[in-house]
Amino acid sequence: MAAHLKKRVYEEFTKVVQQQEEITTKKLRLTKPSKSAALHIDLCKATSPADALQYLLQFARKPVEAESVEGVVRILLEHYYKENDPSVRLKIASLLGLLSKTAGFSPDCIMDDAINILQNEKSHQVLAQLLDTLLAIGTKLSENQAIQMRLVDVACKHLTDTSHGVRNKCLQLLGNLGSLEKSGTKDAEGLAIRDVQKIIGDYFSDQDPRVRTAAIKAMLQLHERGLKLHQTIYNQACKLLSDDYEQVRSAAVQLIWVVSQLYPESIVPIPSSNEEIRLVDDAFGKICHMVSDGSWVVRVQAAKLLGSMEQVSSHFLEQTLDKKLMSDLRRKRTAHERAKELYSSGEFSSGRKWGDDAPKEEVDTGAVNLIQSGACGAFVHGLEDEMYEVRIAAVEALCMLAQSSSSFAEKCLDFLVDMFNDEIEEVRLQSIHTMRKISNNITLREDQLDTILGVLEDSSRDIREALHELLCCANVSTKEGIHLALVELLKNLTKYPTDRDSIWKCLKFLGSRHPTLVLPLVPELLSTHPFFDTAEPDMDDPAYIAVLVLIFNAAKSCPTMPALFSDHTFRHYAYLRDSLSHLVPALRLSGRKLVSSAVSPNITPHEDPSHQFLQQSLERVYSLQHLDPQGTQELLEFTIRDLQRLGELQSELAGVADFSAAYLRCQLLLIKALQEKLWNVAAPLYLKQSDLASAAAKQIMEETYKMEFMYSGVENKQVVIIHHMRLQAKALQLIVTARTTRGVDLLFGMCEKFLQEVDFFQRCFIADLPHLQDSFVDKLLDLMPRLITSKPAEVVKILQTMLRQSTFLHLPLPEQIHKASATIIEPAGESDNPLRFTSGLVVALDVDATLEHVQDPQSTVKVQVLYPDGQAQMIHPKPADFRNPGPGRHRLITQVYLSHTAWTEPCQVEVRLLLAYNSNSRIPKSPWMEGGEISAQAETSIEGTIPFSKPVKVYIMPKPTRR
Amino acid sequence: MPEIRVTPLGAGQDVGRSCILVSIGGKNVMLDCGMHMGYNDDRRFPDFSYITRNGRLTDFLDCVIISHFHLDHCGALPYFSEMVGYDGPIYMTHPTQAICPILLEDYRKIAVDKKGEANFFTSQMIKDCMKKVVAVRLHQTVQVDEELQIKAYYAGHVLGAAMFQIKVGSESVVYTGDYNMTPDRHLGAAWIDKCRPNLLITESTYATTIRDSKRCRERDFLKKVHETVERGGKVLIPVFALGRAQELCILLETFWERMNLKAPIYFSTGLTEKANHYYKLFITWTNQKIRKTFVQRNMFEFKHIKAFDRAFADNPGPMVVFATPGMLHAGQSLQIFRKWAGNEKNMVIMPGYCVQGTVGHKILSGQRKLEMEGRQVLEIRMQVEYMSFSAHADAKGIMQLVGQAEPESVLLVHGEAKKMEFLKQKIEQEFRVSCYMPANGETVTLPTSPSIPVGISLGLLKREMAQGLLPDAKKPRLLHGTLIMKDSALKELGLAEHQLRFTCRVHLHDSRKEQETAARVYSHLKSLLKDHCVQHLPDGSVTVESILIQAAAHSEDPGTKVLLVSWTYQDEELGSYLTSLLKKGLPPAPSGGS
Repeated sequence: MAAHLKKRVYEEFTKVVQQQEEITTKKLRLTKPSKSAALHIDLCKATSPADALQYLLQFARKPVEAESVEGVVRILLEHYYKENDPSVRLKIASLLGLLSKTAGFSPDCIMDDAINILQNEKSHQVLAQLLDTLLAIGTKLSENQAIQMRLVDVACKHLTDTSHGVRNKCLQLLGNLGSLEKSGTKDAEGLAIRDVQKIIGDYFSDQDPRVRTAAIKAMLQLHERGLKLHQTIYNQACKLLSDDYEQVRSAAVQLIWVVSQLYPESIVPIPSSNEEIRLVDDAFGKICHMVSDGSWVVRVQAAKLLGSMEQVSSHFLEQTLDKKLMSDLRRKRTAHERAKELYSSGEFSSGRKWGDDAPKEEVDTGAVNLIQSGACGAFVHGLEDEMYEVRIAAVEALCMLAQSSSSFAEKCLDFLVDMFNDEIEEVRLQSIHTMRKISNNITLREDQLDTILGVLEDSSRDIREALHELLCCANVSTKEGIHLALVELLKNLTKYPTDRDSIWKCLKFLGSRHPTLVLPLVPELLSTHPFFDTAEPDMDDPAYIAVLVLIFNAAKSCPTMPALFSDHTFRHYAYLRDSLSHLVPALRLSGRKLVSSAVSPNITPHEDPSHQFLQQSLERVYSLQHLDPQGTQELLEFTIRDLQRLGELQSELAGVADFSAAYLRCQLLLIKALQEKLWNVAAPLYLKQSDLASAAAKQIMEETYKMEFMYSGVENKQVVIIHHMRLQAKALQLIVTARTTRGVDLLFGMCEKFLQEVDFFQRCFIADLPHLQDSFVDKLLDLMPRLITSKPAEVVKILQTMLRQSTFLHLPLPEQIHKASATIIEPAGESDNPLRFTSGLVVALDVDATLEHVQDPQSTVKVQVLYPDGQAQMIHPKPADFRNPGPGRHRLITQVYLSHTAWTEPCQVEVRLLLAYNSNSRIPKSPWMEGGEISAQAETSIEGTIPFSKPVKVYIMPKPTRR
Repeated sequence: MPEIRVTPLGAGQDVGRSCILVSIGGKNVMLDCGMHMGYNDDRRFPDFSYITRNGRLTDFLDCVIISHFHLDHCGALPYFSEMVGYDGPIYMTHPTQAICPILLEDYRKIAVDKKGEANFFTSQMIKDCMKKVVAVRLHQTVQVDEELQIKAYYAGHVLGAAMFQIKVGSESVVYTGDYNMTPDRHLGAAWIDKCRPNLLITESTYATTIRDSKRCRERDFLKKVHETVERGGKVLIPVFALGRAQELCILLETFWERMNLKAPIYFSTGLTEKANHYYKLFITWTNQKIRKTFVQRNMFEFKHIKAFDRAFADNPGPMVVFATPGMLHAGQSLQIFRKWAGNEKNMVIMPGYCVQGTVGHKILSGQRKLEMEGRQVLEIRMQVEYMSFSAHADAKGIMQLVGQAEPESVLLVHGEAKKMEFLKQKIEQEFRVSCYMPANGETVTLPTSPSIPVGISLGLLKREMAQGLLPDAKKPRLLHGTLIMKDSALKELGLAEHQLRFTCRVHLHDSRKEQETAARVYSHLKSLLKDHCVQHLPDGSVTVESILIQAAAHSEDPGTKVLLVSWTYQDEELGSYLTSLLKKGLPPAPSGGS
């Protein structure tokens, strides 16, 4: 018994030792044999193919480490040889392909086996799968020429297989691995490199459409890999355009496009005539023909590709918009032509008469070509297509072609204008954007402008705003046109008052682009009279402001215009220049002293004195370090004030000025806090005074967060300084707490935390430490070993002295810096009518805001709702709610759901935008933190928020439920 | 040679009363059964007596196919099925089946109740007729009988319009009905696959027209309406109840929605409401936009368009009214027109063609003073606009469809002869296919070369495939094998079977007369061949199964009789057995000794 016991003890003992050994060895080793072994056991256990398949499926769900791949592969191969069921073999083959893709595993060892089993395989499906595996292996070993050759050989051998799947895979393999070198050259082993192009080309006439498609795709793949395709392929591809199957046609269109880009200038004959044309023109004609194909997939493909064929000759291009109309065999003019004629004859549309469009001359029956040979009317068809996908593709293509050819741009204008009336909003929007992009090339005729302006009444805000943007950069030819545009825009303003800002902006550009056209309109617009004084218009009327914005911007480059202004106009100018300075430019008004002309508007940005001023004042601050504290404080205060004012005056310097001012403010606060008397008094006496110091610490922290996250363009060198400042604030906080609180426990924890922060700082910014000579951190790090061992009280003491001794770090200014800002356009916060809803239910509030210079707004911008009871609610807008109308600008249009319990009377809630930040998110980017152990969750979590828009008050009233 | 025969009973070089007879592969199909708008006598219906003078139509026609619900394509249907008498199946799509009886009933009302015609079909007849209808879905292959199958394709034009493919064996005909190759606000474009029929029968209403983009017209229309409404004027749009009316409604509805307009739009009640209901129902037949958005909102559930009441016409302020009928010749549209004509702020928009003599035609041709009944003179101050919204394919569209279907030949119907001539020439020139344009009652015969399917054993095919390495579609490949033909192939080709007969003469020493010899042979064979059918025919010859034996006297030696044995290749075995039997000679007759 005793022996038995002893044995057991020993057993257990040895067991424990073994386990320890296993644990000490590398974990990866441990799993390696078990993985393949487990698979082996499972596969052996499997009684039926279905079982085996189940095991394999389970196995495939877990990843395999690179070290154990080979073992697993061996086991799989072993089972492959034994297996009779094709479905299991298929799964094994697919697993082999997956495994050979594992990073860090070189699959050349299994290639021989794979080729071997390929030769003995009977099932077509398994064969196809094996070829797929070989493709995976081949792509992995793309440098090894010999292996590539071998694989290509294998593929060629199986090209004659009866199954389309096998042939497909073979072609895919050839396309991906086929040699790119010219045929005929022999490599070292004496094996002739096969002419892959020829082989693939032969399969263009395969009986199976799937194989034909695969062949074309393989050819395209060759092209993508850099092989220059032969021109002979062009003719083959042209024949495929009339294939019965849409996927073949679609691929063939691509191939033709590729060839046309390769050999644009070579000459091809026109069949059934002696003429010859450039290949790119011929290809263009062929692709145009495909725009009226039976299958919409092909149509989309064709329409898309048309846009990128820029080498096409212009008369071919213009044919795409040409559709010879006729009625009863008589030539008829299109509505576009009629509109143009009406316009050029100086007559205005007098309403359509019956027979106004009556056909004119007889058409020669022989000359009418009903089948569009060539490019005739391709876009006319594309833009009228049933599927909106085709229409959008056509509009995009039109845009691209018009950008490269101004005469084409002129021609396609009518068609684009027509598209403004499409039934799908996306298409309308797209065509407006397109028009904007090409507007440099074109001048709008009045009738076209008229049509465009009709869309201003659209109920969709996106459409209207796109149209405003279009008008911003449109060229108008006549003064009537300007007048028309103004009238329509004012109509828009009365119908949709929320468009105010967009309309004002639009008129600003309209005015500054057409000063000479606005000039004759001024008396009428201002309703001045040569003899009589007219009533002074209401200054708050948005429509009046709109008119003034137009006139003032025109007046900027038209010095004669101010002579036409009446007295109140000048007064209004002064007012608007101040209140809407971004819309109203500075005017040189000679002989008038109403306007202060202190700031001369025409200064070249190079020797901008304001920029110099900024630099100088900053340098002054940085150089004055050893002044007496009083002097320093005053200088800082003045500089901060200067910078703030500068930021207000010079919008382009606002970012820099604000950024520097914030930094100086931090420094000022720090100095002030350290100047406090509290440090000299015994602890119990200054309890009430400590407020100021701790408040300062808190404020510095806030400022540093704002500096770090609210400015775009902040570089690493600024971040260091900011973090340094924050560290100082934390030290201050620690000292203040140490002096105000009893008990060591709390202090101990804080000390610990602070030291961690210092350590963290050191790790993060080790590269920048040399720049921080003599600074707080520099000294702190010197004393680090001592700090770690000392007691909290001592730490506090050291910190205190160091804070006082620390120097003021110079903040290098970044090149480009912009402060993030947001304005809430809607809700406007002016309504006196409360939003009523039943308590407990929700009400949707539309929020519309513009964001400037916000990086990655989708993840950082949040909406906050503050209820009167102090309850705050943060709403995360959907990524789709953000639009990006221009660089650095974003637009948030979202809905916020409000809800509350019943109130007795209506009250206001505050809505504001927050910028969420997380200072940890900066860390994984640093190269010295390998592996990035911070989980994804930590990265997305919010550490804090900065409000960055003015809050808007919304009047709401949750009513009690009626029962 | 087999052939396809086509005879238009209506719509041959003409528009109206579409009715085309097609004989294909021994099957007779009637395509459409319409009435003619222009006539009020017997000519308004097709001449069905052409099909059969006496005897029931059902015996002559295998099926009737109706392409869409317009009266010139289905107006004669109750007359044809109930009054002339046809009990076979009538095929049409579901929307056509739903809307067709409404229009027929309306037509009947006007003809009988208003014009007081006698001998017209009754409501009950319409109902009975519709009971014979079999509805088909798009792209559904319907087996009419064992050989004849039909398949419908989308045709645009109006709700439920379809093109039909008729197929017997390997021969096929496609009939387009009316179709539209450009989509509009509520319907998509016609589409057909590359079915390569032997014959494509296509409409050719706009054979000589290439139309301008639809967008210009739409934009013009909307602008006119919008401007008038903004001025505070009233807009009258005379329409026919179905088809274009719905398109214009959708157009205005979406425009109102987009532009946030408030002026009311009215639609005259009655027929239209019923029809709108069907438009709501058959969403799958509409265009992409409506199909995709109907989950959020069915576009035919109009928000801005309300039912019209007679009293509304006097309401102040702007409004838009759709009113029937389309040519301003009677009814509500004329009443409203008279009320509004005096104000220059108002506008009337004619969205379609007007027949000569109607008020619509008069005002379109510029008349500003109209004489109404009772010597009243109506001065027209309102603006008159014309907007053509037509849903037929233009010349380019027709060519596009021909290109899509790739037929072997084309036949034009539903158009004017002069215009057809032009299109015919173009089709022949561009596609190099023959093109026909028969007049009513004229028959076009089209020889076809039917393809004969040849079966090949898989083993042989695979063996041949394995020999050649590369696929090459252009080079013919030689294949060794034996072709075995069955009867059906001969019948299909219309060839007579070639018979192979063997004959053999057997000499017998028999001095008796031929008849007696034959009788002896008969009795001899009868006794020997128990399980074969041996017959002695009255002309003296003997048959065993199909083998013929005749006895004749030898020309030189009367004592010898010659037996002529003749058998076909198929009875080779029995034939040779019989000759060997006969060569052994006949057993001596029981009375032979004497």
